[in-house]
Amino acid sequence: MTREMTGAKMVVQALKDQGVDVVFGYPGGAVLPIYDEIFLQNDIRHVLVRHEQGAVHAAEGYARSTGKPGVVLVTSGPGATNAVTGLTDALLDSIPIVVLTGQVPTFMIGSDAFQEADTVGITRPCTKHNWLVKDTDALAGTLHEAFHVAKSGRPGPVLVDIPKDVQFANGKYQGPKPSASHYQPQLKGDMEEITELVEAIEKAKRPVFYTGGGVINSGTAASQLLRELVDATGIPVTSTLMGLGAYPASGKNWLGMLGMHGLYEANMAMHGCDLMINIGARFDDRITGRIDAFSPKSKKAHIDIDPSSINKVIRVDIPIVGDVAHVLEDLLKVWKARGRKVNREALEKWHKQINEWRAVNCLSFKNSEKTIKPQYALQRLEELTKGRDRYVTTEVGQHQMWAAQYLGFEDPNRWMTSGGLGTMGYGFPASIGAQMAHPGALVINVAGEASWLMNMQEMGTAVQFRLPVKQFILNNERLGMVRQWQELLHGERYSHSWSEALPDFVKLAEAFGCKGICVSDPKDLDDAIMEMIDYDGPVIFDCLVEKHENCFPMIPSGKAHNEMLLGEAETQGVIQAGGAVLV
Amino acid sequence: MSALHIKKGSNRHSAYNLRPTFSDVQEKHTIAVLVENEPGVLARVIGLFSGRGYNIESLTVAEVDHTGHLSRITIVTTGTPQVIEQIKAQLGRIVSVRDVHDLTVEGAAVERELGILKVVGEGEKRVEALRLADIFRANVVDSTLNSFVFEITGAPEKIDAFADLMRPLGLSEIARTGVAALLRGN
Repeated sequence: MTREMTGAKMVVQALKDQGVDVVFGYPGGAVLPIYDEIFLQNDIRHVLVRHEQGAVHAAEGYARSTGKPGVVLVTSGPGATNAVTGLTDALLDSIPIVVLTGQVPTFMIGSDAFQEADTVGITRPCTKHNWLVKDTDALAGTLHEAFHVAKSGRPGPVLVDIPKDVQFANGKYQGPKPSASHYQPQLKGDMEEITELVEAIEKAKRPVFYTGGGVINSGTAASQLLRELVDATGIPVTSTLMGLGAYPASGKNWLGMLGMHGLYEANMAMHGCDLMINIGARFDDRITGRIDAFSPKSKKAHIDIDPSSINKVIRVDIPIVGDVAHVLEDLLKVWKARGRKVNREALEKWHKQINEWRAVNCLSFKNSEKTIKPQYALQRLEELTKGRDRYVTTEVGQHQMWAAQYLGFEDPNRWMTSGGLGTMGYGFPASIGAQMAHPGALVINVAGEASWLMNMQEMGTAVQFRLPVKQFILNNERLGMVRQWQELLHGERYSHSWSEALPDFVKLAEAFGCKGICVSDPKDLDDAIMEMIDYDGPVIFDCLVEKHENCFPMIPSGKAHNEMLLGEAETQGVIQAGGAVLV
Repeated sequence: MSALHIKKGSNRHSAYNLRPTFSDVQEKHTIAVLVENEPGVLARVIGLFSGRGYNIESLTVAEVDHTGHLSRITIVTTGTPQVIEQIKAQLGRIVSVRDVHDLTVEGAAVERELGILKVVGEGEKRVEALRLADIFRANVVDSTLNSFVFEITGAPEKIDAFADLMRPLGLSEIARTGVAALLRGN
């Protein structure tokens, strides 16, 4: 059905037709007609952020915690350029978000008008796709296509730039018709390849599943199928930072996270396996370590919806292009039809070997009675919050890695962190997005004080919209990960990696009109955490932790998985010049 | 419309898989990309090459299907087999790209380029330029008493050779279109 309406009305109508219930945004001159339409309706809630970067990360938090695209509305020029970091973050982590930007009227484009920027030009490399709509009649179709592209295939951020005269003008509105799009990525995997993988699974003596964010992006069905496959075959499973929760941390085949700060048993299993089954991960450099020493003796299979991920970094033997859920469904079918075979005897030996690695207890740390160790703080947080309806976001740095190591995730979409881009300032706005999507849940942002300060203005958003997000700040008054690298790689020259003028976080909380809690004695920690959880409103939790703690285990740059450092004693002179140039 | 039978971005059915992917040998490939003719589409393709550090040796683009709004971009690029494979897969990811063809591996292809050369000279050199142009089947499209403008089509190497011969004879300017290519046969 086509209807005549203004471009601005079309935007709101298209959002409703796409099932959008929340928009994160910030008004400005070039989007005023759309804000007028938002004012005139009650179906879509608008969350006023304090900075456009916050809007995009909030939309990411919403998207990751629901599986639905997050929506952002910002103005032209600075509104659009402030969104760039969030767009890039969403691109690298394959998060579906739709960003709508205002633009100066079409007849002023190119004249260096007030708040004009070449938004589609600037955002072309940091979106999956973007559009400048110059004709109101084309607006509805473009908006629906934008949602289709953001969600389909490998998800990602898209941007629609809408000049102000297009918002004012009348045009024909059409409802969504996803089948009309030329963009239709392949979902089903090649059956020949799938059968080849089943044969490899049947024969494998030391197989391992290496799963990633693709399992989560593929939807809850994919996680269910993964659990069925892992538990039926008894093959151990590890995951990237992005994939935590797809397989439950309490599952008996769980190895923990792998990679640079991954668990010893996970990395050793990856190094020593004879069959690696990559499901929706991308052989990121944080995962592989030294490429030429990466899992040297294994046959490698790779399931990915994006053909460009295959053979990009690591050559694989069995490439399967397709959606994880579709491929796993077919894989299970074939495996069952062929008699549910695995090499039980070899698998038992393999598990025994893994248990030996596990016995190293790589996450052990020296606790203290005087200062709170960051690892201890997270252990207590886990103990006191597990089993609750909990969503965790993080900022970027040591605290992020410790959170990934010490918190356990039982379900997908419960863990939101900036993996690919490593965006400090991601976690706080992301927690706002997750809380908007899950009003009754416990949403915690595990943060470092430095990252948290990067988007602390969003405290205003949390207070205004009564979002009881808990800001769990591990405060070491340092840029902890930078400090760690300077210690290990740069002769302990701590160039600009500490903060001398940190705010009093309790007073800061009061200034924003929320609650602040400061704790420095390990004995008070549990009570303080409970106070944070029980408080009905946003909390800034300032946890003063040991200032010089390093994050272990660690695969130093330029080293292989089996050359992990497990603790302080092993760090002297291990990173050579070749490794120091890597990041 | 196009002779591209390979599913966009597919690794599986590429004839390329027959050769070792991770080798150091630099290869030159001619890639045809069929794109939706919309604003910015060329910037997407070029941005991919510059952003990911791939080479472009030559690039031509023009609309080839007016009613279907399709343009054909022909890119000549060099890289290791792995890089070439990545280039094709990355091109396939671009939403406005409909199809990607590697003409170098899919069969024999016809490759042609147009060159326009201005040669300034008098006397014996002028006569020699005209004689060589005749051998290369270059046409004179403009002439004055002391200059010629030649038009020549052919494989890029032929234009290179012609330009090399014209240089001592007074070559003053040259314009080239870059390669357009099609697979032979049907």
